[in-house]
This record gives sequence, C-alpha cells and structure tokens, in this order.
Amino acid sequence: MQRHLISAADLTRDDAVLILDTAEEMARVADRPIKKLPTLRGRTIVNLFFEDSTRTRISFEAAEKRLSADVINFSAKGSSVSKGESLKDTAQTLEAMGVDAVVIRHGASGAPYRLANSGWIDAVVVNAGDGTHQHPTQALLDAFTMRRRLIGPDAGLGQDLEGKRITLVGDVLHSRVARSNVDLLHTLGAEVTLVAPPTLVPVGIETWPCEVSYDLDSTLPKSDAVMMLRVQRERMNAAFFPTEREYSRRYGLDGDRMARMPEHAIVMHPGPMVRGMEITAEVADSDRCTVVEQVANGVSIRMAVLYLLLGGNEPAVTHPRTEEK
Amino acid sequence: MSKILIRGAKVLGGEPQDVLIDGGTIAATARQGEIDWSGSGLSAEGAEVVEAEGKVLLPGLVDLHTHLREPGREDSETVLTGTRAAASGGYTTVFAMANTFPVADTAGVVEQVWRLGKEHGYCDVQPIGAVTVGLDGRKLAELGAMHESAAGVTVFSDDGKCVHDAVIMRRALEYVKAFGGVVAQHAQEPRLTEGAEMNEGIVSAELGLGGWPAVAEESIIARDVLLADHVGSRVHICHLSTAGSVEIVRWAKSRGIQVTAEVTPHHLLLTDELVRTYNPVYKVNPPLRTERDVMALREALADGTIDIVATDHAPHPHEDKDCEWAAAAMGMVGLETALSVVQETMVDTGLLDWAGVADRMSVKPAQIGQTSVQGRPVSAGEPANLTLVDTAYRGLVEPAGFASRSRNTPYEGRELPGRVTHTWLRGKATLVDGKLT
Amino acid sequence: MDTHDTQSDARPVLEGPDIARVLTRIAHEIVERAKGADDVVLLGIPTRGVFLARRIADKLEQITERKIPCGSLDITMYRDDLRMHPPRALARTEIPGDGLDGKLVVLVDDVLFSGRTIRAALDALNDLGRPRAVQLAVLVDRGHRELPIRADYVGKNLPTSLRETVKVQLAEEDGRDTVLLGAKPAPR
Repeated sequence: MQRHLISAADLTRDDAVLILDTAEEMARVADRPIKKLPTLRGRTIVNLFFEDSTRTRISFEAAEKRLSADVINFSAKGSSVSKGESLKDTAQTLEAMGVDAVVIRHGASGAPYRLANSGWIDAVVVNAGDGTHQHPTQALLDAFTMRRRLIGPDAGLGQDLEGKRITLVGDVLHSRVARSNVDLLHTLGAEVTLVAPPTLVPVGIETWPCEVSYDLDSTLPKSDAVMMLRVQRERMNAAFFPTEREYSRRYGLDGDRMARMPEHAIVMHPGPMVRGMEITAEVADSDRCTVVEQVANGVSIRMAVLYLLLGGNEPAVTHPRTEEK
Repeated sequence: MSKILIRGAKVLGGEPQDVLIDGGTIAATARQGEIDWSGSGLSAEGAEVVEAEGKVLLPGLVDLHTHLREPGREDSETVLTGTRAAASGGYTTVFAMANTFPVADTAGVVEQVWRLGKEHGYCDVQPIGAVTVGLDGRKLAELGAMHESAAGVTVFSDDGKCVHDAVIMRRALEYVKAFGGVVAQHAQEPRLTEGAEMNEGIVSAELGLGGWPAVAEESIIARDVLLADHVGSRVHICHLSTAGSVEIVRWAKSRGIQVTAEVTPHHLLLTDELVRTYNPVYKVNPPLRTERDVMALREALADGTIDIVATDHAPHPHEDKDCEWAAAAMGMVGLETALSVVQETMVDTGLLDWAGVADRMSVKPAQIGQTSVQGRPVSAGEPANLTLVDTAYRGLVEPAGFASRSRNTPYEGRELPGRVTHTWLRGKATLVDGKLT
Repeated sequence: MDTHDTQSDARPVLEGPDIARVLTRIAHEIVERAKGADDVVLLGIPTRGVFLARRIADKLEQITERKIPCGSLDITMYRDDLRMHPPRALARTEIPGDGLDGKLVVLVDDVLFSGRTIRAALDALNDLGRPRAVQLAVLVDRGHRELPIRADYVGKNLPTSLRETVKVQLAEEDGRDTVLLGAKPAPR
C-alpha cells in the first residue's frame, strides 16, 4: 500500500481486499464487551475538518478511539483558518504538536493530495473527502457492505467483487463518492453503471471504467446493488433539472422501482438521505436498504485503514499492482 | 552614447553579419568580413565589441500582454522588477495590463505606469487602458482621455475579465475607431465558467475540479469577430487557447474580418495533464488545455492564423501558489522564459524560423500595439532595439535567478533551449552576458 | 512461534505419531488438573495453535464424551513488536458460545519461546472476558524466555540455542505433521 490514502484509484486489488479482510476482523471487535484494541496506543491522529461533516468525523473518531489512538479534532470553523491561516500553516502547526496522521476533509478537490505531496508535513494523510474528487474510505465501506451482503461476511474473505453489477444513481458530477466508487469497484472486478440526467454527468466521463445510462428503469433489473447518491436541492436552481418532482419521477427510487430489482439486490446510500427526493421512505426503511449497516461498516473500514497505514513501521505490504490503470 | 559593434551575429537566423550601433540607432550592417570596421567612413573605432559568433540577433521583443502589478500589488511585481524581467527575456517593450489597483481606467493611472517605465529605462512600457470602469463590464472608461494622455494608450482591455455584455463590446469596438485604438478581448463567457478551475475534459472529470469549457472561449470569440465585422472595427483576441478558437479566427480572417490573436508560450507547451499534480503553479486562466489544442495552436502560430506570442506574464507571491488548488491565484510568470519556450515548441520543431519568431514576437505585436519605434527591421537607420540569443544553449530553468519579483513559473527544473545574452534598448544595453545592467 | 522458512538441513525432532501421542497426553493432563474439564475453553493462537487446540478438543471430547468449546485468539494487534514491521494481516478471533467469564481458558500454541506471544494473548483475553483461570498448553517449549511465563502443559521440552530454529508443520496447513529443528540462515 502507499503511505497515504488519497484516492481509491491508488489501491491495488490486493490492497483493497486486504483492507476489506482486515475490516471483517475489526467488525468483530464491535461485538466484544470491551470494544477497544491497543494497536495505535501512543499514536496521535488529528481529524482536520475544513468542511462540516459530523458523520464522517464521528466515524473516524470512533475508529481511532477503538484502536487506542490519541485523537485531536480540529474543525476549521471558528479557528485560525477562518481568520485566513493557510492549509500549510495549519498542517505544520499540528505536526509540530507531534501528530502521526492527519485525517483531512476539505472542500477543495486535491487538498489532501497537496498536503501529502508538497513536503509541508511528514505525517500520514488520509483523505476523508475532498471537494468533488475522492472519498476513498466511503468507497471501501461501500465495497465492504456489498461483499458482506452479496457474498457473505466469512465467504467473502479474500474475495473481490468480480462480476457484481453495481448501479450508482444521481448527481455524479458533484459526487466524490461516485468517483471513488467507480475506481474501487472497477479494481475489484465489478461492473459499474452510472445513471444520471445528462446534466449531472461530467464532460470527460468517457475514460471512466464504467457504463453511463440516462435510464434508471432499464438498469434496475440488471443490478446486484443500487446506490443512490444524494442530490442537493440547490442543483435545481442551477438548471441541472427542472423540478424536484421531475427528478424524483425519473431518477428517484421508490417501492415500484425497487420491486424491479432482482430479489437479492440491495439498496445503498452514502447518507445523509434526502427522503422524497432520491429515495422514498418506503425504500429507505426496507430491509434491503443498507444505510445503517454502511454506517457501522464505516467504523470497521476506517479501523482497518488506520491499522494498515499506521500500525507498523511502514504501510502494510501487499502484492504489487497486477494491472496498471 | 558610445558605439557598439556586434560581430558575426546571425541576423534573424540568417548569414553572419556585423552590426554597428551608434547612439540609439543602427549605423550599419554588413556581411561578416565584408567591411573592415577600422576604415574611416564607418569607423567602429572606440566601439565596444560584442562577439556574437553563432548567436541569433532579433529585433527587441514586444510583449502585448504583461501584468506589471503596479500600482497595487507591488508584493508580486513592480514596474521596475517587471521591466528588468522583460529585459532579461529579451524584451524592449511591454504592454502593461490594466487590472491593477486602482484599475488603469483613467489617464492618471496610465500616465503613472508609463512614467515609471520611462524612469527605470529597462524597457518601454505601454500601458493598456481598461475598456470599462473598474473592469466591471458595465460602463465605458474614458478611452479617449487615456489615448490623449502622455501614455498615448492605443490598446484597451479588461483582461482578467471578459467584456461579456455584447452591447458594451460593440460600443467599445466602435468607439476606439475614432483614434485607431484596438480592443483586446479576454474571451471567457462568465456564466459558462462559474467555479471553473481547469480545462473541462477528461482530466477535470477525474480530478473533480470545476471545468472551464473550450466553448466558453470560442463562443465569445465567435461573437466578437462577428461584431467587429458588423461595425468595421479591429479586435484582438488575448491568449487564445483552444483548437476551436483557432478555427473561428481562421474563418474570420478568411472573411477579411480585422481580427488578430495571441497565444501564450505556456499554451504552446503545457497541457492539463499537469494538473494531476494539483500543483497550483499550473493554474492559469485560460487553463492549460489538451495535447490536441497545443498542436493546433502551434500550427496556427506557424501559419499566421495566430499573429503573435504574448506572455500573459502574471506574477504572484509565493503564498498565493503554495496552497491548495482552489485557493491559489491564476497565472504564471513568462517574460524570462518566453523565447526559450518558443524556440522549444516552434523553432526546434521546424514550424518557424527565426525570422518568423521575430515577426511573431516583435514585428506583429508592435504593429497591433501601434508602436512605431519597435519591431523594426535590423538595418541601418533603424532604432537599435535588439536582442541577442544564444540558441545553442540548453539549461534548466532556475527561478531563483529570475529578475521578476515572483517565481511562479511552471518550468522550474525543466530543460529549455536558448538564452538571451544581450538586450539593447535604443542602443543602451539593458542586458549584457545574461546580466542586467 | 518461530520462522517457517523451509530449510533443507532441518531434522525432525517429533514426527506425526509423536505429535498425536503428546496431544493425547496433554488432553489427559487437562482433564486431570481441571477435574473433569467441565468449564474448560480451548483457545488456539493462529495459525497452528488453532489446529492444535482443535485436535486437543477432539481428544477431550473422546475422553469426557462432552462437547468442549474451542476457539481462536488472534493476538496481532496486541503484539509489542508492531512498530518493528509493516502491519500484518489479521487472523480470526473466535470466542465460543458461552464466552469466557468464569471459565478455565487453556491457551494453545505451537512453540513457546520468548513468551511475548503469550503476554499479548493474556492482554487480548483481558478485553474479551474474565476467565476463572488461564492455563497454557504448547507443543514445544524451546526455552529462552524473556518474560516470567511458563507453560502448564508441554508436549516436548526442546533445549535449543538461539542460532537454531524450530518449525512446526501440521497436516491442516502444511500437509504433514512434524517438528523440525534447523539452523538459522547466516545473516545477510
């Protein structure tokens, strides 16, 4: 594995499977009376959040604490950052305090890449979501959820997602979740289809390793998992689609549409859900919907990533990349 | 002023010649060895001799697009540091863009910039006046007053912003006809480029950076050449960056529309693939495009569709680039590397000879900017604005050695050919053996 | 545990039948010392400790004619040398049905050497429950303890030098049962 986790595209198949397998063991810690491991004792991790994201921050924090790391939460709001301090100065200040890893969430695409590659700091950098670029731990927890549901927690060990048909629906243009998922799912051998109105598909998508469709209904029967992406209501005002109602009618997932999916197929959502927009309450609350599981799996995946990056004297070793992108 | 004898220089890349400068003027030129300069009629007695064996002598370069930053952003560049950088790069004239603080939209500001250039004496400074007050695209600035000022402004531009309102653009094009001015358009449709951070395409889709589509440039160029045609005016297109823009300008020229266009050195060499590093040194407006665009731009510069190379020299302080992409300023310094990049992309590729370089980097820009003393032939009686280039040199770009106050070059550590060794402004050396005087 | 590198010059010190015999003896000792093994839980330390625990459990079941709870305890994340290597892949921790509280836990490993693995196992156990007592069974004790730890049940005491390696092979993992004593390869 590389030293930092910046993009899902940086993971080889073996890296990704090792992370999923490790997460499977980490998941079992949650069932113990003492949900804690001493593994990262004496390591300090800062959660450097320039964007509000309580869920992601809490998920990382839970993972860090379960591994006994010392955790510092830094929220840019109300801090020196809002008074104009640069990312570089903020990061260097934190590193001077002896931070071993920086988990960074930033509104600007590429900020974690910059932090990891500019020589500003030595700490390990984990991308917790940057702009509309990447959110690799989200992709990993999604893949983990798929493997558990579609193959099985134990049966899945050592396995990838070869041949699984995954459909992502919604605002691909503004979605770091979509980018990360396409990269990782492709690496894991899945067949990915993106479904969105053409306005929410980025120009230049033709090189992505996936199919693109504008028609949800024809895609659903051929899907093992359907992931609904959040669609922000503001997009309507920028003419990406005419009305919320029309969006829901064409691209929302309701009970009727869910019934067209194969029986074993699951419904996923990275959260937070906009009920009534991209997903109806009926679907969101059904037992085919894995939203709550995804949250629990998020902690396991983040534990696995932090263990594999920080648990030793260097990142975990996996086999070299078999297939270059 | 004393005499200077330049010996054995390949004038415009041709046969070796001796060139005698006397005062501010070229006194004589002759095939090497043809004249014994110790003779009486054209005595070079007492002349400082510059051995120029193997080097190329060009007319002093003229940059139609420089940001000198003064007044207002003296932390990134001043008229002094900017003109020293210009002299280092072989330039004898720069046209200073209007987006200063305050904006160069009045006679007072343009005269100040013009005077500073004159005082420092490294390079002629021709201020460009803003088209609209405060560059806000709504109300025409006092274009006539700027023209009549000591600075004698002939080029008007809101560069950095597009004159996007079609009516304002039309009026500006019409209005400057009264005194032979030209409007230089920064072609960028603002609505299509909201949140734009890089070229829209394969790389932006992957990196999740806001796309700056080619069509946002092309649609404005198409509109403006049609407007220029309709009102019978000249229009100049700044930093043309796409293959599509080339096609539109080519079409316009074929129709006899009075349009001229410039390309920057960086758009002749660099592509948006570099943005994958998220290093803001590659952040520029218009953005770096694709390989296909680069090739189309080179071809267009070679065939004359694009008239000139202009640097869009845009200095920024270190902190404005040592940050994340989104927070970084747009622009690159270019004066001190322009000729090297043109040699790399146009001369060494066989697309353009040195006479062609002189045309695209001196003669034509001087014509568009209407400065009669620049961009002249290298022959007796002409003003001695000259640049001597060691074209055999190859070396790494070292920003630490720049005369510019800023270091935001995309070429750091890159090997480029060619080095300007001497620059003369009206017979006075501003650069000798690569060192500013 | 010791290195599992294959060495051509290694010589067997226990063969299949020996291993079966000592495991039977250990099972009998456990029954005797635990007075019937009513509350015994066997926990093997991956990888080979798990197979040994399973085999001992089978023998205990034959002796007592009762089901003996048997699981695994991965100690990777409790190791004291984590920072000296890249992170290792994790193995499974499987605690049998009724948990560990009040039980007699017998840890099972293949080779007892420095004792650090067992220290890590004791730490791991601490986070999993509160056994009545913890005992240790090993196939081979090769000496050179670095911590005050001893085994309760030992298949074979094997005096070794630090230049020697001890390697356990089990049918489940390696295709055959044997314990090999070899020499460490010369330092590179």
